[in-house]
Amino acid sequence: MKAIKNYLSSLWRALFGDTMRAFGVVSVVLLIALAIAPAKDHFSQWHSYQNGYLSLIRDRSDAVSLRRRFTPGIQQIWLPELGVVDRCATCHLGLKEASLADVAIQPYRKHPVIPHPLDSYGCVICHRGQGPATTVVEAHYSQQAGVDPILPDRYIGSGCGQCHQNELTGTPQLNLGRKMLAQYGCVNCHTVKTPDGRIMKGTDDPPSLEHIADKTTREWIFSWLKDPQAYAVSATMPNYNLSDADASDISAFLMSSSTPRAGDNDAVLIPVAKNADPTAGASLYGESFCATCHAVQNGAGNLVGGDVGPELTRIGNKAKPGWLQAWVENPHTYNPNTLMPHYRFTPQQVALLVSYLMNKSDSDYGANVQLSAATPAQIAHGRRLVAELGCAACHKINGVGKPDNFAPDLSRIGSKPLAQLIFLPGMQHTLPSYIAGKIKQPQAFGPGLKMPVFALTDLQRDALTTALLSLDDRSQTMPDKLRVAGFQQTDYEPAGQAGKLMQDLACFSCHRIDGHGSDLAPDLSFEGSAVQRQWLDNFLKNPNTLRPALTRRMPRFNLSDADRKILTDYIMVVYQSPNIDPETAPPAVNPPALVEHGRQLFYSKYACQSCHIANTKTDKGYIGPTLTQVGSRLNPAWIYAWLKDPQALRPGTLEPNQKISDDDARALTAFLMTLKNSGAQETTR
Amino acid sequence: MTRRSVAFAVLLLMGAVAGCKRQPASSSALKPTAVGAAIVESSGGKQVGPTGMELADPLVVQVNDDQGNALTGALVEFHGPAGVRFNPAAVLTDSNGEATTAVTLGAITGRYQLTATTPGKSQTFTLPIVETALGYQQELGYIVADKYCSRCHNPESSAEQVSNYDNLEVKPHRFNDGATLNKMSDADLTAIIQHGGPALNRSALMPPYGNTLSPADVAAIVAYIRAVAVPPYQSAGTVYGQK
Repeated sequence: MKAIKNYLSSLWRALFGDTMRAFGVVSVVLLIALAIAPAKDHFSQWHSYQNGYLSLIRDRSDAVSLRRRFTPGIQQIWLPELGVVDRCATCHLGLKEASLADVAIQPYRKHPVIPHPLDSYGCVICHRGQGPATTVVEAHYSQQAGVDPILPDRYIGSGCGQCHQNELTGTPQLNLGRKMLAQYGCVNCHTVKTPDGRIMKGTDDPPSLEHIADKTTREWIFSWLKDPQAYAVSATMPNYNLSDADASDISAFLMSSSTPRAGDNDAVLIPVAKNADPTAGASLYGESFCATCHAVQNGAGNLVGGDVGPELTRIGNKAKPGWLQAWVENPHTYNPNTLMPHYRFTPQQVALLVSYLMNKSDSDYGANVQLSAATPAQIAHGRRLVAELGCAACHKINGVGKPDNFAPDLSRIGSKPLAQLIFLPGMQHTLPSYIAGKIKQPQAFGPGLKMPVFALTDLQRDALTTALLSLDDRSQTMPDKLRVAGFQQTDYEPAGQAGKLMQDLACFSCHRIDGHGSDLAPDLSFEGSAVQRQWLDNFLKNPNTLRPALTRRMPRFNLSDADRKILTDYIMVVYQSPNIDPETAPPAVNPPALVEHGRQLFYSKYACQSCHIANTKTDKGYIGPTLTQVGSRLNPAWIYAWLKDPQALRPGTLEPNQKISDDDARALTAFLMTLKNSGAQETTR
Repeated sequence: MTRRSVAFAVLLLMGAVAGCKRQPASSSALKPTAVGAAIVESSGGKQVGPTGMELADPLVVQVNDDQGNALTGALVEFHGPAGVRFNPAAVLTDSNGEATTAVTLGAITGRYQLTATTPGKSQTFTLPIVETALGYQQELGYIVADKYCSRCHNPESSAEQVSNYDNLEVKPHRFNDGATLNKMSDADLTAIIQHGGPALNRSALMPPYGNTLSPADVAAIVAYIRAVAVPPYQSAGTVYGQK
């Protein structure tokens, strides 16, 4: 102890013994301290990357101009509105150099072409990572401050989704993920408030279970609950991994809570006519274009058909014939909000369809299910399970209310701090891997977690993860002017008798009018301006196809003359475009010289025959509608306006706007108006 | 005494670290039960997909014996440049003699030269495979072209999209027809898309899309055409002209 004390005091004297010596020592220390900062700078990682860049460009043919655009030192993009402080360009020096697109060595390669200038959006807004950091490890891999490391490329679309609430052409993955949030019913349990202030609503249309006992058997419910995808591969209902006892109790409760509806079961089954063609049911199914909405698995295991309605591969295993008959007769009796139209089938047609559909069954499905009658205790247990699992979040069930805030709010899931997450062993400690993992095996994250397992492919999971990552703090807090609003369904409803008819025919399940409805079929907002009254009436009576190459078609409804008149009148009067003035339109009948000029323009200058058929003998194009009877179908004013600018009348239509001159459009209209249905007069009566 | 024990502990630690590091390399060893004489591609080559994403179809290769029969239990290893991931990277052939892997391409746009190898009796057999990764712009071009162009330019039909190719008197070029399209400059391709066939003295069956598609969309289509060209497109490089 004493030796140390002596040593220290002698050291003190040696360094600061007199004023001169003390001054000298302090100066040396100060000099060293001052030298540390520049030295640290000099030996820093970004400095060596900048030197590497200089030696890379030295031998290139455009070295002089590259060198001129190079600025040494830290490069920073600062965007206070977006919360971006990015120093990535300090090392990524070639981001904006077109000639460095072929450089394979990072960080010098040119950034691929994207729609936005890098300087006004920065890097972390899409790539995540730590913008202000100046070392590779901190910038790319750090998980400090609760912010994620660099985002894997497959989720890059989430960056776009922060501002763009609309559907972008270039981000198919983000679009799919957003669609799935609604389609798979995620938003029925989780609240998702999109940055433009909307609460997302499900589009999965889960069926009400209030009258389930009319529709199906307890055995079917049991099999379905055990594995929904075993019944229908395309089913969006998730698998709850229920035990046999739990599935049995839930099925018992659902059957006991169901109330009967008049007409579902007590109806007498209409027999199929004895002399009916055995293939008549299949033909009627095809003619009614059921496949536009419903899919059926073919022999090769592929689904054929649309995904608007439920898959019908094994419908015979599920539906009770009496219920199916009542449903096919008029689905709105059972479910007033169904997307399925009321077809107005004749009794014989109903019988044919029911017998055809009931034959779609699989004798192996549910063959081993034997359920003994349920005790009150089992039913009570079933009710408890239904409440606990949140079945009523999606389905209407008698006696069980829709639970509130059943699952965590996901409006800001994309910024969830890592410290609040629990990871599975072996999992990367990043937000995307957590979200993807949670979707893949939700119940592995802890005992008693209720989220079920959804049958999704890796691609679908990545898409969902992308959509969820886009719901972050920045998306919610950025200034409104930076946001691009998405399409929002309006609550337009047609009025009066025609409105009731259009609800009954479920027109909006395929068509959109004034922003309300689906986009499966043409938008009808201006249909009254487009078509001629007589044609519309005939079309509603017997919809002949306009586009031979399309698989989706307008089905035929057995409308009465009175109903057709109501619909036709309403469409012709109400769905008029304000931009089409029939008064100033070209006339329907024109001098032969003008017609001939139009014909020549049609076939030579504008080569319309590449997509349209005007003469079935010579023309073969079938991308656009067939025009052989267009003079009986469309109004000259509409044809003229369409030729001038097709997208103005129907946004997104394939026909290009050719900036056709007024004279040419007039001549083409004159020619097209001569293409008439020769038998038009006879077929009208 | 204590110093020696510290040194011993350090030595132990180093040994443990070295042991841990060696572990993964040996654990992936699959036990092949057969040795092949040839390796051929079954499916999954020449695919086009976005950067950093798994390709739509798996890559399937088949190992044959010297008689040309499919061989079960032969080891196949997949290799690619940095950034490419295979799941799995090594696999034994199944009962059809096929080895299947899911391929995820890297973050950089362009063609990826991959290989599948199988050890033979005396040499290793190598099969080259090419896949193409599309960046944002090329992918956008693909999507736009799929909507507006492929109905005529792609002779193959699908249920959703019936091809109009056979109905056209003058046959359009496929977008991967490098032999023809590589000779056209970006400016020419842009002109023909924007102003139609007659702009370059070609068929009027190709209509003008300049008023319908944005310049960015047209540039994206050109970028897509360049990305998928067979043979590959080489840009002309810097053009020197008089000032």
